[in-house]
Amino acid sequence: MSDEPELILADLSDDELVEQMKDDLYDGMGPEIAEGTQILLDRGWDANAILTESLVEAMRIVGLDFGDGILFVPEVLSAANAMKGGMELLRPILAANDAVKPTGRVVIGTVKGDIHDIGKNLVAMMLEGAGFEVMDLGINTDVEEFLKAYDEFNPDLLGMSALLTTTMPYMGVVIEEFEKRGLRKDCGIFVGGAPVNQEFADAIGATEYGGDASNTVELAKRFMGVNRP
Amino acid sequence: MTAAAKTLIIACGALAREVRALSDQLPAFDLRCVPATLHNRPQRIVPALERILDETGSAYERTVIAFGDCGTGGALDRLCAARGLERLPGAHCYAFFAGLSEFDAMMEEELGTFFLTDFLARQFETMVIRPLGLDRKPELRDLYFGHYKRLVFLSQTDDDDLLANANVAAARLGLAFEHRPTGLMAFARDLERLSTPLAA
Repeated sequence: MSDEPELILADLSDDELVEQMKDDLYDGMGPEIAEGTQILLDRGWDANAILTESLVEAMRIVGLDFGDGILFVPEVLSAANAMKGGMELLRPILAANDAVKPTGRVVIGTVKGDIHDIGKNLVAMMLEGAGFEVMDLGINTDVEEFLKAYDEFNPDLLGMSALLTTTMPYMGVVIEEFEKRGLRKDCGIFVGGAPVNQEFADAIGATEYGGDASNTVELAKRFMGVNRP
Repeated sequence: MTAAAKTLIIACGALAREVRALSDQLPAFDLRCVPATLHNRPQRIVPALERILDETGSAYERTVIAFGDCGTGGALDRLCAARGLERLPGAHCYAFFAGLSEFDAMMEEELGTFFLTDFLARQFETMVIRPLGLDRKPELRDLYFGHYKRLVFLSQTDDDDLLANANVAAARLGLAFEHRPTGLMAFARDLERLSTPLAA
């Protein structure tokens, strides 16, 4: 048992709490993130401010440390899982706030024949954190489901993920169908996943290749004209 | 280099034992391996193979790449095409142990199938549990395996210890267990076809 006194989040000042939440998210402490988020909401904080100043900022650091080889996939997953607890509290508030215009609208899914969704989920959550509205189609998504979601959701971006060499060519099938139907002029198509690379993305005519979750979000923001120099 | 060997087999470390087990059935060969752990960073597989190919140069009449695509996203096939080499058929070792059509049938039957071979049953901790961080963060198990339904143990040998390991692995991942012995027949046939020098 630790000799350190238990930290009472509610006793911290706003600044201290935000810093503590960043540490807790980095360490994958889900219940603490949910508790901290609720405390800030109770203190009258704006949901968007909580999201950007604590959760997204912490995930940004997690992303940087992952890129630098300081953190590995399990730690990133733990952090993302912890963020989920805070997001669940913030999402309904953010969705109800008409004054905040979303950064963009994204339909995302793991392609047909593939059940792997860790990377896709991470990207979806990071996009939400960056202010995108996300429709997540889940796993094993075929072209009809992508088309239906396009009709229903009118996205700015379509994101596809695959973990398997055998399933990634299906991304090309979806792109071809979108091309054929003339849907690409208003919708960027982003692809990613472990076996996917820039060369493959270029070969199938994707708009962008997202090498990792942070990079994908930056590309999505750039595509929407956010932070454009 | 073995004096008599005209064939070089460059294999994934996960196949070394099985390749050696076929020594009697294949023309004399030398074996070089790259670590199986590269599967966790498949972008490093092709550079590792290139290093061996550059080292061995034209010392062999025939070089066989005992790999599937193994998550290289076609990069391994591009290497093979550029160097005039052939690799084993299929995306990964499960396919060439089981046979391509049998493997496809299993995937058709249940998309959420996680496979173990003898090697993976033997090295489950090193190849699966630790790289996924499940030794220190067991709570992540369902994030990784939540969409999987069953674990199929494709066994190459008749080994009760490995069978027990595979069973325990399935329980640990929360998956139903199935055992399908493959032996080495399909693997041997592919390897023999690729490793026989053309002039022989």
